[in-house]
Amino acid sequence: MAVTVNPERDVVATPMQRALREALYAGAISLGLFVLFIGLKTGQNISNELVLTTRWGLLVAVVVATAIGRFLYVAYGQPFLANQKIADVATGLLPASAASRFFQLPAFIVAVVLVVLLFALNNSLAGWVGPGAAGYLQFLRALSVIYVLACVIYYFRGFIHANFTKLGIAALILYPILVVAVLSLMSWSIVGGLQGSLKWVDNYGIQILIYVMLAWGLNIVVGLAGLLDLGYVAFYAVGAYAYALLGTQYGLSFWILLPAAGAMAAFWGVLLGFPVLRLRGDYLAIVTLAFGEIIRLVLINWREVTNGSAGISGIPKVTFFGLMTFNVSDPNYIAKVLHIAQSSAYYKIFLYYLILALALLTAFVTIRLRRMPVGRAWEALREDEIACRSLGINTTTTKLTAFATGAMFGGFAGSFFAARQGFVSPESFIFLESAIILAIVVLGGMGSLVGIAVAAMVMIGGTEVLRELDFLKQVFGPDFTPELYRMLLFGMAMVIVMLWKPRGFVGTREPTAFLKERKAVSSSFTKEGHG
Amino acid sequence: MNASVPMNDAILQVEHLSMKFGGLVAIGDLSFTAKRGEITALIGPNGAGKTTVFNCITGFYKPSEGMITLNRSNGSRFLLERLPNHEIPARAKVARTFQNIRLFSGMTLLENLLVAQHNKLMKASGYTILGLFGFSGYRKASAESVELAKHWLEKADLVDRADDPAGDLPYGAQRRLEIARAMCTGPELLCLDEPAAGLNPKESAALNTLLIDIKETSGASILLIEHDMSVVMQISDHVVVLEYGRKISDGSPQSVRTDPRVIAAYLGVDDEEVETVLTEVGDEDVIEQLDIGPDSAHGPGASSSFMAGPVSDTVGHSTGERITVAKGASKAEQVDAKSSTAPRKPSERATAKPKTPTAKPRGGSK
Repeated sequence: MAVTVNPERDVVATPMQRALREALYAGAISLGLFVLFIGLKTGQNISNELVLTTRWGLLVAVVVATAIGRFLYVAYGQPFLANQKIADVATGLLPASAASRFFQLPAFIVAVVLVVLLFALNNSLAGWVGPGAAGYLQFLRALSVIYVLACVIYYFRGFIHANFTKLGIAALILYPILVVAVLSLMSWSIVGGLQGSLKWVDNYGIQILIYVMLAWGLNIVVGLAGLLDLGYVAFYAVGAYAYALLGTQYGLSFWILLPAAGAMAAFWGVLLGFPVLRLRGDYLAIVTLAFGEIIRLVLINWREVTNGSAGISGIPKVTFFGLMTFNVSDPNYIAKVLHIAQSSAYYKIFLYYLILALALLTAFVTIRLRRMPVGRAWEALREDEIACRSLGINTTTTKLTAFATGAMFGGFAGSFFAARQGFVSPESFIFLESAIILAIVVLGGMGSLVGIAVAAMVMIGGTEVLRELDFLKQVFGPDFTPELYRMLLFGMAMVIVMLWKPRGFVGTREPTAFLKERKAVSSSFTKEGHG
Repeated sequence: MNASVPMNDAILQVEHLSMKFGGLVAIGDLSFTAKRGEITALIGPNGAGKTTVFNCITGFYKPSEGMITLNRSNGSRFLLERLPNHEIPARAKVARTFQNIRLFSGMTLLENLLVAQHNKLMKASGYTILGLFGFSGYRKASAESVELAKHWLEKADLVDRADDPAGDLPYGAQRRLEIARAMCTGPELLCLDEPAAGLNPKESAALNTLLIDIKETSGASILLIEHDMSVVMQISDHVVVLEYGRKISDGSPQSVRTDPRVIAAYLGVDDEEVETVLTEVGDEDVIEQLDIGPDSAHGPGASSSFMAGPVSDTVGHSTGERITVAKGASKAEQVDAKSSTAPRKPSERATAKPKTPTAKPRGGSK
């Protein structure tokens, strides 16, 4: 016999066999990875000696969990996804089929009932089922809320897609009112509602909007002009310290210092830009990184002016355009003028609308600038700098304007930050902040305002949500603090998003002018820029 | 075209231009003139320094020596070697295209042409500030610029695809778009770096029509680098031939194609077959034939001449274009030498024989 056919070659492994094999591999790999990380733990005993604790049980649990996870994914997950793909192609319901099975009306009604019940019984739950179970029920409530919202979004997706910007702005404007209304209903008192809204308006609303604004500002530099800036937080710091110093030393009003802080940050942007902008790519990134660090070190070490690491406290609050203030002791305190109950929530709500206005100003200016020659030149610069020069565009001034405009919005956000905190210190302007802002821009899709806003909401809101997951203490013990894992989750989320959508949430580019119809430009044609 | 300006007024004068990269002389003492309203072609084997000449004229390189004068139709004169890079298109009105196309691929065709009108629109928008507040002057200028863009899109036969990204266009259309974009800057001198490279005969013919149309209707003079002799011979009024950075011939297409120095530069003089061709110099189709159907030994490699490397090689940094003139490599010089000492001796031939790879007649030296 000249030709022998190996019969085993022809037998295709069934999904079960394959799953078992892959589960074994996954288990072995995770064992190798985690044997030192999880299996062994170094610590100190009472006489300060190094002791080695072994945690074989936990290691086994992790390895088994990995193997089972891989098994389930290969045995059931992959065939399901493959079938789904075939079904999608056959029925033509490409995006709909899986989702319409998941979002069904009965489930929606059950979720709505759950939400209403759990909200209504919120205060008496802990007494009935104990604090542990109440934590789980709160988590269930949160999941139901998310499910209901997802259902609504899914069934009205056509409408939402068509009017996304308008709906988004309306939702942002109504957000504090809704929060106060819902919380007032829950506690049956307006004051209680105002008090409860502090967390939602301040920790979520304001915090997210600051990052939205910063990311929109950086988007001008990175997303439009294609200049990689790793030191953006420096301009934020310049704005914050400009308000903090001038406000505390000279008692100038926020409304004067806001434009001044923007102008100062823009000035520093130009100052940095002049020597730096002939550099390209990696070199530019390193020099901007160094600039960010220099500004921080100057703030730490120039004690006579900046008070060093101790920072500046007692930064004056923003007034209501000079008409009303938010200090209880002032004669024109807002509650006294309007004859309403005292609450610190008014200031937060006012700040919320202030940062919303500033962020929308950033977006408006960005949209306007993109349709102006300078904005087009920025994008052309990102696409091809040499071609720009061959068309008579002065690339140096074009880059400088991008740098200055981005820095100006960073300065606005900085002065707002100082006014909101009432305290600034160099701690707030570390490199990690620049990295987070840049990550938001990249995740959102460079150049896309909507994508960046969504990315900021997910990234900043997501890390805040981790604080809410108290029920995890029941699972992992009272020492477990989910906030500590936020950077891990942040990193995992970035890896997943970058694998799933390499150009960010919104990769397409909106053309700035059109002859017949406006067609979005696919991300495969746009470039990231080299400098 | 301004009728008061005489037709044969020189728009571009290149005098004693030299460009040295370290010890390499890419261009040595080159002088030529491009006349207003004419199409001047710059030809030569690969590595002859044509693109370097372009980069000097358009300010991407600062020449080591020499003077490049541009005379605009309004009478103003510019010394291009002294102007900053971006002011050459802006003030001296010289526009260029690139050997490997440099479009803004993520922007639509219309946007590409609007970017080209940047300086005009910048002024109209009051350096952004007035335009930001919606002054009507900018809106009017903006509408006018869209009209101009539409005009050139129609000329380039691309108006149907105005709202598509430039990167989505086929190759030939990208070439036409790049020319249209250059024309949107309102140039008086249009420099085209191998506009027909990579085009099929039909596209090449369309390009010829476009270039003739530009010459006749817009009043722009054209300076072009081209390997495709059918383009050069059909449309150019004047041809300058370079070899190893030196001018070896200059004149009308007819006179150039029969110049033995040019033929030698293109075909080489060392091979026996070419020697026989050289003896039949009277044959006018020699260049054309050998250029249309290049064989691997003599013709340009399809890839090396059409899309020779990224332009960063020739623009971004100066080490890119290396031209080493091996002793006795210049075929034109050999022709001169041969004609002066008419019957060549066998010993001379032996010295000319050893060739470095860069001394090949055409191709591969870039």
